[in-house]
Amino acid sequence: MYEFKYHRATSARQAANLLVKADDAKLLAGGHTLLPTMKQRLASPANIIDLGKVAELKGIEIKGKTIVIGAMTTHAEVANSAAVQAHLPGLAALAEGIGDPQVRHKGTIGGSVANNDPSADYPAGLVALGATIVTNKRKIAADDFFQGMFATALGEGEMIVKIIFPIASRFAYAKFPNPASRYALVGVAVARKGASVRVAVTGAGENGVFRWADAEKALGAKFSAKSVEALKASAKGLNGDMHASADYRAHLIGVMAKRAVMAATAK
Amino acid sequence: MTTPATGVGAPIRRKEDHRFITGKGNYTDDINRPGQTYAVFVRSPHAHAKIRKIDAAAARAMPGVVGILTGADLAADKVGGLICGWMIHNKDGSPMSAGAHPALADGKVRYVGDHVAVVIAESLAEARDAAEKVAVDYEVLPAVVDLASATAKGVGTIHDVAPNNVVFDWHLGDKAATEAAFKKARHITRITLANNRLVPNAMEPRAALGDYDAGEDSFTLYTTSQNPHVARLILSAFIGIAPEHKLRVIAPDVGGGFGSKIYVYAEETVCVWAAKRVGRPVKWVADRTEEFLAVAHGRDHLTHAEMAVDEEGKILAIRVKTRANLGAYLSTFASAVPTYLYAPLLSGQYDIPAIYAEVETVYTNTAPVDAYRGAGRPEATFVVERLVEVAAREMGQDPAKFRLKNFVKKWPHQTPVIMMYDAGDYAGSMRQAQKLADVAGFGKRKRDSARNGKLRGLGYSAYIEACGIAPSSAVGSLGAGVGLWESAEVRVNPTGNVEVLTGSHSHGQGHETTFAQLVAGRLGIPIEQVSIVHGDTDKVQFGMGTYGSRSGAVGMSAIVKALDKVEAKARKVAALCMEAAEGDIDFKDGKFTVKGTDKSMAFGEVALQAYIAHKFTGQQLEPGLKEGAFFDPTNFTFPAGVHICEVEIDPETGVTKIEKWTAVDDFGTVINPMIVEGQVHGGIAQGVGQALHEGTVYDKNGQLLTASFMDYGMPRADDLPSYSLGFNGTAAPSNPLGIKGCGEAGAIAAPPAVINAITDALGHEEIAMPATPQAVWLAVQKMAKSIAAE
Repeated sequence: MYEFKYHRATSARQAANLLVKADDAKLLAGGHTLLPTMKQRLASPANIIDLGKVAELKGIEIKGKTIVIGAMTTHAEVANSAAVQAHLPGLAALAEGIGDPQVRHKGTIGGSVANNDPSADYPAGLVALGATIVTNKRKIAADDFFQGMFATALGEGEMIVKIIFPIASRFAYAKFPNPASRYALVGVAVARKGASVRVAVTGAGENGVFRWADAEKALGAKFSAKSVEALKASAKGLNGDMHASADYRAHLIGVMAKRAVMAATAK
Repeated sequence: MTTPATGVGAPIRRKEDHRFITGKGNYTDDINRPGQTYAVFVRSPHAHAKIRKIDAAAARAMPGVVGILTGADLAADKVGGLICGWMIHNKDGSPMSAGAHPALADGKVRYVGDHVAVVIAESLAEARDAAEKVAVDYEVLPAVVDLASATAKGVGTIHDVAPNNVVFDWHLGDKAATEAAFKKARHITRITLANNRLVPNAMEPRAALGDYDAGEDSFTLYTTSQNPHVARLILSAFIGIAPEHKLRVIAPDVGGGFGSKIYVYAEETVCVWAAKRVGRPVKWVADRTEEFLAVAHGRDHLTHAEMAVDEEGKILAIRVKTRANLGAYLSTFASAVPTYLYAPLLSGQYDIPAIYAEVETVYTNTAPVDAYRGAGRPEATFVVERLVEVAAREMGQDPAKFRLKNFVKKWPHQTPVIMMYDAGDYAGSMRQAQKLADVAGFGKRKRDSARNGKLRGLGYSAYIEACGIAPSSAVGSLGAGVGLWESAEVRVNPTGNVEVLTGSHSHGQGHETTFAQLVAGRLGIPIEQVSIVHGDTDKVQFGMGTYGSRSGAVGMSAIVKALDKVEAKARKVAALCMEAAEGDIDFKDGKFTVKGTDKSMAFGEVALQAYIAHKFTGQQLEPGLKEGAFFDPTNFTFPAGVHICEVEIDPETGVTKIEKWTAVDDFGTVINPMIVEGQVHGGIAQGVGQALHEGTVYDKNGQLLTASFMDYGMPRADDLPSYSLGFNGTAAPSNPLGIKGCGEAGAIAAPPAVINAITDALGHEEIAMPATPQAVWLAVQKMAKSIAAE
C-alpha cells in the first residue's frame, strides 16, 4: 500500500464535496475490492473518503411497491432484513450468498454496484429487477448503469445514495461459484412482475452483466423451468479462462436460469 | 499404564490450544528485536533470464534504506549456495547434476520469484518503496515450463551442469524379472497419469528474523522451520554463515508446515547473513503471493504405469516410468522425494513378485519442488491404487475382492523394492471399512441418486506408507546426507515436575500434549507437571525435526529411552532412601515401594532426594535426575489402511459432492485418538484438495497464473463431509511404543479414493486431477449417450 490521505465523511453532501475537491479520490464503501488492490499496490488513490459513518446512506425501507436500500447497507443487513425477506426473498438470498460472513458484514450494496465487478452478484439482481440507482445527482435505470467490466454510468463527483427495487411477484438468483474464488462463474437472476420477465446474467460476459433475451421471451410466454430447459445460451461474448471455457459458461447459464426459475416458483 | 485419564490412549484436549486460540501464540513475526530492520526481496519477473546489470543507486537514495545486497555481496563474504542433502546416482552410477543454488542470483534467474537482491530499510513500507526502484536489466531467455517437453532438443538449458535439463535418470527394482513377468501375463493394464503440482499454503507464511551479536560474534536466526537443528547444520557446515556453536536457530510457534518448512531457503539465509552486514536485526515475512511464487511446491509427476495380472487375478508385476519436475533448483530434499520416498512404495499393500521403476527428474523454470505432506508416497499410492482399480474393472472383478486377493497376508513381508513390511492387517482394515461405509447398501444409494438425475460412485484406496523415518544406516546407504534418529532429554526438577527437551518440532501436531501424555502416564504424575521444550538449538541438545510422520515413532521413542534411564536412576535413589535393595523396589502409579513392606515414596519425593543428596554419598550415586537418549529405529514403520470415498456427481454442472468418507487406519499405537482423528481429517482435506480443487498453472512463459486464492482452489469446510473413522492398529515392532505414525495418511490415501469414485460414477477412466466441475462436466459429455440409454 502506498501512502494516502484518509477522510471520514459524516454526511453524504460532505462526501460528495470531498470527492470533487480532493485530488484522485476514491470512496470507501466496504473496501473489499479497493483495499486488497491498494495493498497489492495495483491501486494508489491519493485520497480515501470513508463512507462508513454516513448514517443517512444506510437503511432499508418499503415505499409503495418498492424496497429502497441505502448505498451503505451491508449485505448482511439486506440478507437479514425482515422487509426484504417478506417482499423480495430472492434478494435476501442473493445477499446471503455473497462472499463469506466477514465480507457480508463489511461489504455494501452501493460499493458492490459502483464497482461493477463482472463476477459480482448484485448487478444481476439489479438488472433483472429493473432497479433504479439514485445518485447525488440523478436517477439511473439499472439497464443504463452497468456499462461493461468495472465501468458504470457514474460521472465525476457522482456517488450512489440509494437503490430502488420494484417488488416483483417472482424473483430468484442462482449462482455457480468459481471453484477457487467463489465469485460467480455464472449467476442468473430471473424476475417476473406482471407480464414482464427479465433475466440477467453475471459472471459470464466479457462486458459484465447482460440480459438474456431468449430466456425472457420463453419465460414471458410461460414462467416455468421447462420454458428454459431447451434453450441454449450463445458462447459468443462470454469469458473463457482456466476455470471455465466460454462453452461451459454458456451451458451453465442455461442450468442456472432453470434453477433460478425453479427457486422463484417454489412457493 | 497409569493415570488413564491423561496417559497414552486418552483423547484429551490439546494443552497448546489455549495459547493459540486466545492469540497468545509466539510466531516468528511476533518476535521483534531492538533496532530491527525490514527486508524486501527483489524477485525476478521472468522465468528465465540473464541479469545484465543491477542498478541500485536510485533505490539506495530512498528514505530509510539501510542496505541493498546482491549475489555479489554474498560471494564476497564467501557465503555458499543452498544445498540438496540427498545424493542420487544415475543408472550408470554417475552422480546427479546439481546446479548451483545461490541465495541471491548469480548472473541468472531461473523462475518467476527467484531472488535477485534484498532491500533492507527502517520500515517495511520504505523497503517496499525502495525495492521498486532497484533497476534490473534482464536479457530474457526462452522459458522451459512444460514437463513433458523439458528435455526436448533446443528448449534451452537451465543449468550448465545439466545441458538437457535432466537432473538424474534413476531406477529401482529388477528389470529382467519384471519383463519376464509381463511376458507371462494374461492381462496387462496400462495407465498414463499426472500427479498435479500443489502449493502447500501453510496458514502462517514463511518468515525469518536474523540477529547478530557483535560482542559474542554470534548469530541468532528465528525462523519458520520444522527442524531448527538441521537448518543450523546446513547454514553452518554448507552455507558457511557461522560455526554451529556461534549460530542459534529458534523455530518458535510455527503455523503449519506440511513439509514446506523443512528446507533451508534463500530468504532466511539472507536475513541471518545480512544482520551482520548491516549491523541490525533483519526481519522478513512472506506475503501470500511470495508464498505462492517461492515456497517449495509439491508433487508434479507424469507417469506411465503398467500392471501384469495372471488368469486368476493375481498381480504378477508392475512397471512404472515417471518423469518428475524438480523446478528451477534442487531444494533441500528434492532428490529423495521422487526416488526413495516414491518407488519403494510401489508395491502398495500387495504381494507383487516383480517391480521395476524408472524415474527421470528434470529442471524447469518453475518454483523448486520438494516434499509436501506424504512426499512421494501419495504419488506412489495414486499410481498403485489407480492401476489396481482399473485392472479390476477391466477384468470384470470387484475392486475390493481384487485387492483382498492380492493383499500381503503374512508379515514380515519383503517387497521387491527395498521395504520389509513388518506388521499389518490389510484384509481386516478392508472388511472393517466396507462395513463402516455400508458398501452393501451402495447399490440402492446409486439407484436413488439416478432417480434424482445424479451419478453416484464409490472408490477405494488401500494405501501404505513408509514412515517413522528412518534407520540412519539404511538411509545413509541410499544417499542421505544425515542420520534420521531422534534425541530427547528428560529433566526432572527437584520439585518433581518435568521438562522434556525434544528434537522433534511441533507445528500443529500437538506434541505438547501427546508427549506430555506419555511422560505423565509413565511417571504417574499429573500432566500439568510436564512441559515440552522444542524448537531452540540452544535449549535442545540436537534433533532431526518433524516430517515423514516420525515424531511419534522416532521422537517419542527417544523420550521412552530417556524415561527408562530416569526410572532406573530414580529406583537407585529410592532404594538408598528406603534402605532397600534396588531389586526390591517396585514403581507403579507414581510410587516407589519396597516389596513386602509398607515403605513407599512418591515420585516427587524421590526427585527431591535425588537433588538434596542427603541420603546417599557421592561414592554411592551421582546426585540429580536428568537423562538424555538418542533413538535410531530398526526399520521404517508402515501405516496402512483403507479409505472409501462415495461421491455424487451432478451431471448438469459437473459438481462432485463427497457424500461419505470412511477410513480405517492402522497407525499402530495411538497416543491421543482426538489428535489422531484431527490429523486424519486434515490429511483427507488436503488429499481431496489435490483431487478436486488444487491445480498449479504456469503459462508458457513461466508466469504462475494461480498465484492467489482467487485462482488456486483450496478445499473448504463445506467441500468435505463428516468422516467415519475406524482404527485397526497392529503394533509396529521397530519402536518401543508400537507407533506407526498418522500425519500424512489422509493426504496419501485420499486422491485415488476420490478419482476411483468419480471414474466409477462416470463409467470411464478419463479424468485428471484436479477434477474440477469443468473437467467432470467435460467427462460427463463423453458418456452422455449411456445416460440417455438408462
